[in-house]
Amino acid sequence: MILAKNYLSKYGILIALLVICIILSVATPYFFTVQNLVIVLRQVSVNGILAIGVTFVIIAGGIDLSLGSVVALTGVAAASFAHPGAYPLIVPLLMGLLTGVLAGVINGLTITLGKVAPFIVTLGMMTMTRGLALVWSDGRPVTNLSPAFNFIGGGDLLYIPVPILLFVLVIIVAYILLNYTTAGRYIYAVGGNEQAARASGIRVNAVKMFAYIICSGLAALAGIVLAARITTGQPNAGVAYELDAIAAVVIGGTSLLGGRGTVTGTVIGVLIIGVINNGLDLLNVSSYYQQIIKGVIIIGAVLIDRKNGK
Amino acid sequence: MNETYLLSVQHLSKSFPGVKALDDVHLNVEAGKVHAVMGENGAGKSTLMKILIGMIEPDSGNIYFKGERVAFHSVHDAIKAGFSMIHQELLPFPDLTVAENILMGREPVVFPGWINRKKLNMASLHLISRLGVSIKVNRKMKTLSVAETQMVEIAKAISNNAEVIIMDEPTSAISQKEVDILFGIIKDLTARGIAVIYISHKMDEVLQIADTVTVMRDGKWIATQPASGLNKEALINMIVGRPLDNIFDKKSVPPGEVLLSVKALSGDYFSDISFEVHAGEILGIAGLMGAGRTEIMRAIFGLDKIRSGFIYIKGKPVRIKSPGQAMDLGIGFISEDRKETGLVLSSTVRNNITLGALSICSNNRFIDKKKEAKIADEQIRKFNIKTPGRNQVVNYLSGGNQQKVVLAKVLLRNPEVIIFDEPTRGIDIGAKAEIYKMMTALAAAGKAIIMISSELPEVLGMSDRILVVREGKISKELKAEEATQELIMEYAMV
Repeated sequence: MILAKNYLSKYGILIALLVICIILSVATPYFFTVQNLVIVLRQVSVNGILAIGVTFVIIAGGIDLSLGSVVALTGVAAASFAHPGAYPLIVPLLMGLLTGVLAGVINGLTITLGKVAPFIVTLGMMTMTRGLALVWSDGRPVTNLSPAFNFIGGGDLLYIPVPILLFVLVIIVAYILLNYTTAGRYIYAVGGNEQAARASGIRVNAVKMFAYIICSGLAALAGIVLAARITTGQPNAGVAYELDAIAAVVIGGTSLLGGRGTVTGTVIGVLIIGVINNGLDLLNVSSYYQQIIKGVIIIGAVLIDRKNGK
Repeated sequence: MNETYLLSVQHLSKSFPGVKALDDVHLNVEAGKVHAVMGENGAGKSTLMKILIGMIEPDSGNIYFKGERVAFHSVHDAIKAGFSMIHQELLPFPDLTVAENILMGREPVVFPGWINRKKLNMASLHLISRLGVSIKVNRKMKTLSVAETQMVEIAKAISNNAEVIIMDEPTSAISQKEVDILFGIIKDLTARGIAVIYISHKMDEVLQIADTVTVMRDGKWIATQPASGLNKEALINMIVGRPLDNIFDKKSVPPGEVLLSVKALSGDYFSDISFEVHAGEILGIAGLMGAGRTEIMRAIFGLDKIRSGFIYIKGKPVRIKSPGQAMDLGIGFISEDRKETGLVLSSTVRNNITLGALSICSNNRFIDKKKEAKIADEQIRKFNIKTPGRNQVVNYLSGGNQQKVVLAKVLLRNPEVIIFDEPTRGIDIGAKAEIYKMMTALAAAGKAIIMISSELPEVLGMSDRILVVREGKISKELKAEEATQELIMEYAMV
């Protein structure tokens, strides 16, 4: 019994994911096919990349609400340089990524040196970057992108869609960063107890900067992938994406108070949201009801986690 | 039951994990009298008051109020029964007005839910003016001085029909003139039959205002005497007069070169601090809580800002702007507050031990997990940390073992100058002895040790030299041979 309880608290979320998968497999036979599972993975890859990024910030004790808007801005930034025959592929990629990194630098500096609460800073950044995306694109979608660029969102490598490969790559790098590097250890320490981290000689501001830059940088990657997939730099893209990302992180057992959380948890959180979206679509549940169900699951997951923690 | 006392506390005991905070304590308070409670930090005064005001419940013992046995399960209970407490750290609602604060929760209403603002202001004005002071009742609480805030709290207590008012260090942050006004109010309160329990470190004030004095020490009742028969010396004797526990295993070594010296150091809470500490020496820093001892050391370690002054390491002037720099210069800081600045409680023993020294177990910023585990295990053994393993979350360890984790962490960097801030607060006697042994060994190995402590036996038992800090300044330097508890208290007290 105790053993069972231990397993439940350790693997609770994974079990939840499996249970949901089993239910959906029974409810609709199409769910558990290679074809559909690949679709699920491709669908979650953008949210997944975002969720991994915000995991860094949340473990460090912060929050980032600007992700969705950064997705739009970086998508527009990359697309503007991705017209056929305009520049080599590396230029739009760098433009997108640098725009994201810049957003992260501004977030980080305002939070650390300006001492403004992360919620406020990134809320401001959210509307600012959305506005910038609209100004940059003149409020119109940036279309006519090169096939090489679109390949990032729609192409296959070794039969696997490129967005999935990128998502997996991000997972691996993030896992290594958080578990095997000093920077990762410092992120946990700063989120767990900023004062103690400072007293241990850790440069707390630098660690926070690092987390916000990683987060916005990954948002930029997600922005590029999304733009490439819809073959458009869409200034209105990514609205409320930050909330899905944060929800995935929370479902994955990361504490919003900081200091606690894992990449694996976030990945499972992302998959749970993805599988539910996909399953409910397959079952022809109206999108109105889908939102209600998703909300219940987010709160339910955290409730269960809280119970097990005690 | 003796009916002459308004309040009678009998055989009260309370334990916290690892500490017996109150041990069979008595307190008899008469109506219309000022009863002072004195004792060192950790003597149990606060625990006793917290029980009286219903913040915590005792393990055993009885409280009689007006001859009847009472037991408070909440502050609400205590206030309803006629108790009020003026806290040292006052807790008003800063953005509400004086009137709203005084009658919080008991606002006069036009009809339920609708506050009668006119009546509210009138009623509170009446209460304030009864104290003989004038404070505009529509002022926001945050615009008031500390003394004015106290007056408002007292007015609130009176409005609750309090019969026992507890004042915790009420004069710690107010001027002499304001103290006189406060004492006038206290006399007025007692004339109306209200009993005042007055907690203070300040002997002169206690002798001036109190009718009766109770002294506590180590959670025990020591004596209750009329104030008229007491003087400062007698009080000091009662407060500190405990036998020295012989757990200090101090062997002095001849002091070596000066490892750290500071000249005319000033910061927000201290000024003009100069001292030096030698290799092989334990320098004790004594003084009351809030005297600025911790702040001086935090500034030296780069945790707080320095306004002016100089720091020298082995005679070389240095500028320390962050703890990282201080650690690189060979300074270690074992903080007073394990939970606030010592440990990441949500993290494991291993992660805490290596947090300040990850560079020695990593290559190019990649952590060598095997090496890290080995180092952590070595420290766990060396410091005798009782834990199921290196992956245990620190939060689940006892206070003494948590403190050893802090030691293991700080000493892993092999600092030459080690600052211990209240190294044995809240830990049991066994762990204390181990920590004293470690300090002695470190000094013998040529480290310079600075030890801040509020426990006088500890200061006397461990120090080669003692600095007494009072109100942000060094009030006296004492050699170990000449120092006594009485002498230290004399220079520590205001």
